[in-house]
This record gives sequence, C-alpha cells and structure tokens, in this order.
Amino acid sequence: MRTFALAGNPNSGKTTLFNALTGSTAHVGNWPGVTVDKREGVYKGGREHVNIVDLPGIYSLSPYTPEEVIARNFILNEHPDGIINIVDATNLERNLYLTTQLLEMDVPVIIALNMMDAVGKAGDKIDAAALESRIGVPVVPISALKETGIKELMQRAVNMPSTRRGTTVLGGRLAQPIRQAEEFCRQQELSSPVFHALKLIEGDELELEGREAKAEAEKIRASFGDDLDAAVADERYKYISANFSTAKVKAAKPVQSKSDRADRVLTHKIWGIPIFIVILFFVFHLTFSENLFYLNGFTESQAWMPTMEDLGYGQTLGDSEIYSNFGIALAACFYDGAVFSPGVILTNLLNLVLNYITYGIGLGVEAAGAADWAASLVNDGIVGGITAVLGFLPQILTLFLFFSILEDTGYMARVAFILDRIFRRFGLSGRAFMPMIMGFGCSLPAMINTRTLADEKERTATIRVIPFFSCGAKLPILTAIAGGICGVFGFSNVDVITYSMYLLGIITAIVSVIVMRSTTMRGEVPPFIMELPAYHVPGFKNLMLHLWDKTKHFVKKAFTIIFASTVLIWFLQSFTWNWTFIGSDSMQTSILASIGQLIQPLFTPLGFGSQLNEYGWVFAVAAITGLIAKENVIATFSVLAAMFVAGFEGTEDGVAEAVVMIQNTGITWPALISFIMFNMTTIPCFAACATAKAELPKGKFGWTILFWLVTSYIVGAICYTVLSWWWTLFIWLAVAAAAVTLIVLKNRGVIKLPRIGKKRA
Amino acid sequence: MKLLCNFAVGERGRVTAVGGEGRVRRRLFDMGVTPGADVVLVKKAPLGDPLEVTLRGYQLTLRKSEAQCVETEAVK
Repeated sequence: MRTFALAGNPNSGKTTLFNALTGSTAHVGNWPGVTVDKREGVYKGGREHVNIVDLPGIYSLSPYTPEEVIARNFILNEHPDGIINIVDATNLERNLYLTTQLLEMDVPVIIALNMMDAVGKAGDKIDAAALESRIGVPVVPISALKETGIKELMQRAVNMPSTRRGTTVLGGRLAQPIRQAEEFCRQQELSSPVFHALKLIEGDELELEGREAKAEAEKIRASFGDDLDAAVADERYKYISANFSTAKVKAAKPVQSKSDRADRVLTHKIWGIPIFIVILFFVFHLTFSENLFYLNGFTESQAWMPTMEDLGYGQTLGDSEIYSNFGIALAACFYDGAVFSPGVILTNLLNLVLNYITYGIGLGVEAAGAADWAASLVNDGIVGGITAVLGFLPQILTLFLFFSILEDTGYMARVAFILDRIFRRFGLSGRAFMPMIMGFGCSLPAMINTRTLADEKERTATIRVIPFFSCGAKLPILTAIAGGICGVFGFSNVDVITYSMYLLGIITAIVSVIVMRSTTMRGEVPPFIMELPAYHVPGFKNLMLHLWDKTKHFVKKAFTIIFASTVLIWFLQSFTWNWTFIGSDSMQTSILASIGQLIQPLFTPLGFGSQLNEYGWVFAVAAITGLIAKENVIATFSVLAAMFVAGFEGTEDGVAEAVVMIQNTGITWPALISFIMFNMTTIPCFAACATAKAELPKGKFGWTILFWLVTSYIVGAICYTVLSWWWTLFIWLAVAAAAVTLIVLKNRGVIKLPRIGKKRA
Repeated sequence: MKLLCNFAVGERGRVTAVGGEGRVRRRLFDMGVTPGADVVLVKKAPLGDPLEVTLRGYQLTLRKSEAQCVETEAVK
C-alpha cells in the first residue's frame, strides 16, 4: 500500500480533509519522542487503498518548532510516495509559502485547493488550471467540509509519476549561491539536494550540524554580502505574489466579513475581557451546575423546586437516595429538586447504568458463593475502582467538547491574544491560560490541552501546576472539612474558608511557575507570533471524532494503570499483615493503617503528625486513598468515623464525618487548613498522574511527582505554622527572601551552584 | 522609517527591514513579514499588548517587543 503524507498550514482544513479521507480507519498515536499527535488512516474511496499520514500543521520547514522538524524529517527520511499539500484558497499567499518549500524536496506533490466555496462567497475567483500550469504540479479544487472534489484529488494523486526532482522557484540574485550550495549537497550525496541547498544558505541549524557544511555555508553567506536568509524569504514571497497570486481575481469591493464583525466585539477594548469571563462561566455552568441557569434561585433560601422525595417518589437512606421505580430514577437524572446541567445529566445517566451493573455483579458474586475477600475484590476493588474513574468521563468529555468548540471556532486564539500581557509576567504565553482554567473542572482534559503550547518548558511548567487549580473532585474535601471547622471551632463562614483555599491554590500555582521558570524550567518567553484564524462554525464530524479519540484514550487508561493502582490500594486497606481479609469496616488494623502510622511523624510540621493522639494516622491514610480519586478522602473519613462512633451512617456532604474526626483526634483548625491545602496541591489522582506521564517530556514524570510532594509539604507547613503562631510568618518570609536572592544571583551569574544530577536536554 | 510597535490603530505601512534574531526573526519571515509586505495595525489587545495586524490577507498577532524588530516606511 502506498503512503501519502498530508501537509499544510494550521487552520487550512487539514484535519477536516484527513477525516474526510480516512473516516473511521483513523487512529491516533504519538510521533516518536514528542507529544504531538500522529494521525494515520486508510483512504478506501478509490480503486487502490492509500495509507494517509497527517503531518502536523506548519507554516514553514524551519527547525524551530517540533512540528516543523517532524514534518521535515518524515518527508526526508520516511520517503512517502507523495505529499498532498492542502492550501487554503482564502489565504493563498501565505499557504503557498510552504508549498514552495515542499516543491524543493524530491517527492511528488499534489495541491488540494481548499475552501473554494468561501472564496466564491467573498466574491473572489481562483483559476485552478492557471495555478497548475504555473506551479507545475497538479492542483485540484476541493471543499474538505462539504467533501467535494476529494475523489478527483485522490485519483490524480495515485496517478502521479512515482518520482519527482525537487525544483525551486527562486532565482535571480539568489541563483549563484543556490547553485554553489546545491553542488556541495550533491557532492555529499544527499537526497533532495535542492531543499538542503536552500536550508544551507538560510543558515538552518539542523543543516549546519556537520563541520564541512558549516564552513561551506559561511563561505557562501560571506560572498553574498547581503542578508541571505532575509533574501530567501523575501524572494519566495515576491515570486508568489508576482506569479501565483495572479491566478486570484479579487472582487471589486472587499466586503467586511462576518468574521471581522464578530472579532470587533469579541476582542473589544473594554468588552473583550468581560465577554470572555461570561463565556467561561457558561462553559463551567453547563458542565458542572446542579442548578441550571439558577432556575431554582441563587441561594438556598430562594429554592422553590420540590425534590423527588418531597413529591413522594423516593426516600433517603443514609447517604443515598432510593427512588420508587426505574422511571423515577431516570427522571431524577434530569431533575431532582433542581434542573441539572447537561454535564451533570450525562454523569447521572452513566452512573445509573453503572449502578445497575455494579448491583448485578454483586448479586452474581453472592450467588456464586465467593469468599468474602473475593467478593470484596470484585465489588470494592475492581468494580468500585473502575466505576469511580468512569464516573468522571461524562463531565470530562463535556468540558472537552466546549473547549474544542472554542478552539475550532478560532476563539481560543483570541483568548490568548487578550490575556498574553498578563501571563508574560509569569514567563508564560497567553495560551497557557486555557489549560489552567480547565484545571478547575478536571486536570485530565487540562493536561491534554497543553498540547497547544509550543514551548516544551512552558508545557512542563503548566502541566505541573494544573492540579493546584482545585478540580471538581476536590471540592467535597473542602466543603466537608470547612464545614467541620465551622461546626467544631465556631467559625461562621464556610464560604470564606472554601474561597480562600481556592485562592491559595492559585497563588501556589503562580509562585511555582515563577520559581520554575527562573530555575529548572528556565528559558526565554517563547515568541507570540501567530495567526488569528478567521472565525468559523466548527464541523460536527470533526468534533465527534475528536471526542471519540479522547474517550478511547481515557478508557484505555482507566482499565490499565488507574485500575492497577486502585486494586493495590484496595488490597492495602482490606488486608492485615498476616494476610487476613478484614473488609473495609475495620480499616484500623489494615496494612494501610500501619503504613499511615509509619509515615504519620512526617506530617508533624503540617499539624497532623505526632502531635495528634493515637488515631492521628487517619489523616495520612485519607490522603493516600485520595490518590484513587479525591472524593475518597471523605469516603475514608466515613469508614473511619464508624471506628469512633458505633453505627455511624455517612452523610451526603461529609460534614458529620469531619466533625467526628476532629473531636476524636484532637486536631487543631490550622492543621485542618494545612490538611486541605496538602490534599489540594499534592500528587493528584491516579488518572491525572497517568495523563501527566503521557503528556510530559521523557524523564520529567519522576521529578514532577517529587515537585508535587515537596510543594504540598511546604504549603501545608506554611499554613499550619503561620496560622498557629503568626510570628512564624517572618521566618518564612526570610527563607523566601534568601531563596529569591540565591536564584537571582545564580541567574545573573554572580554565584555558581553545583548541579544536582546530570543536565537534561 | 517607523517601527511597527509605534503604529497607531489603523495606521498602514510597508515593511522595509526585519531585525531581531534566531527564532523570532525566522518566525516573522515564515509568517510573511518580509520587506515589501504591506501591514495595517488593526487593533491592540485590551491591555495594550500584543498587537493585531493584517498582512498578506490574513490576521497576525505579535507582541510589541517582536513588532519592534520590524522597520516600515509610509505608503502613499
């Protein structure tokens, strides 16, 4: 089967064309060594099946971004049978800039002239035949979105001669240096000598690796006198506007497009930022709200909608709701005392199904007469673990869907535009904002979303701080413990505590980014020179394929790494050291409890270590179980509360559990605050860890785990000591000042510190 | 000679030279900011930076610090 590579600018409709060509045969992987999506699929529309590789979207074949290097190496080293170069007809000049570089390689090229319909709408016309005769390779007008012209494109692609010599459009004053460089490349017996020659005279870093090449390039560049790389770019564009753009017939009067009008509002000087905040609010509201559009009032006292229980269709048993029949249970997924948002409805529906499956499996295990430990392994370990993780899926996907829509419409680029100024202060670009804010929903989509960041160091720093933006699953920890603090220590305002905790998380993130960007993740702020693509309606098919990819990815993870770690924790909390199964009700004798006791003294500076009484280990244990999913911290409280209060029934908000814990361990309120902050900033759940491992550059994951542990420990210690003894604030400030001085002095080169470990590239 | 970073909103000019070095300069070239290109400053971000310009029929955004590398002349 022959292989064709799909190349083109970002926003040129490349992904749409790829989806149209390959449909359901597509699969996503990674390019070796980097986290850039590699999509492959098979085109089956013609007589001959063709393998299609989607190269990353690029503007040029320079060596500065991983995407450009991937595309370039693939064409040069993997020798595809041809390149399908998609060209956005509405933006001919800049798109053809890449084309002129592709033409210099020894590979057959065919041009897919996309968005011809949009060109027609603007009143312009492009003569594809004229363009073809000028460029010298086939040009086929298509519409990727409407899937027209694709059959013809592929037919002509497979009928192309199997080899082609690279040619360049450049000549004139550049003819002499090009000839000289080409001769040198031919002597080196390089394939695609024309391409290499051009890169050589441009002073391309990848090309100058050999000493001979460097000397040759210097000779040529010196003899040219003028600035050679400027001349090359300049001549390319000059040639394009002189020769190819004449194929374009401009409309008599350019009309202001809808896109321009939308842009005037969305990036307005005054309204731009408020509009963005409103859009963001709606995204989160539609994903997480259990009171859609505040139909049930803004506060609890305004609530007027009856619950299913009020209507006589169900009753509360412990912390769960029992409905009269399946119909009511189904209806309760949409409405129960308030109208739910789409994200919550999907979660409820999935959980309803999962509950029935769990129940069915439970009955089956019982009927089979399995031993206690085996039943617990299946019910609590395997099924419990998988459903806990899968339960997140609907909201993750809903959040992903909204952000994909914002990305595909072109709005995300504007958000980066609006916010870049603020983020540059922290050594990041405006692009880093979106993944961070998504972190408030769930760390998983947020970490995957960092793929929009071009700079590797910026990405690493961003992925590391994403868990500090407290996700939805951490909220129960906050509300339960804050509620407990209010109940026991007589504070009156739960909201203030919760809000301060969120704020503290953000501050931790900002400080960590600044510290990382001036120490381990040091590097110049990446350039912010990017296209603002025209707004357009996103394609439904693209969105769905995109979501399907993410679902597959997530489910695969849920059933492997997350599952394995969940079963491990189940084992630790259900067995004693002498291999006796004890079940979850007497966790205090488990292996996990003794591990908790062992590490308890470590938490002394954080306030929940040795200063607590004999039951102080429960906090350490809760922190460990929280690794499965952060909700488990409070679930563990429930189990352990039964150890203090016989017949303790869990409550929905977990406040009663927290109160029992506080009263029986003698923990102070600063230590509780420290406990919240520790859980918020420490290693996130296993699902997030698995994602971080996949998204981080090689070798960075171990350091990242260490970073999370150290940061959470310091944050917890600061909270505990400063809130317990106010004067310790000055000690922390002095330490911080010393650290800042050290970093500044080192970065200025005044002092040299010995490097720990070997330097990583 | 006027630097692109000093343009007022709506101002028009033609690129005469591109300074800067390495990554920034290469990127500017690749995005079509080359001598002879006509640029219009369309707007500034709400906080005054970065800038949005139209050139070669599309919208490009760049920071003031990057626009400082771009020398222009007035067009009639």
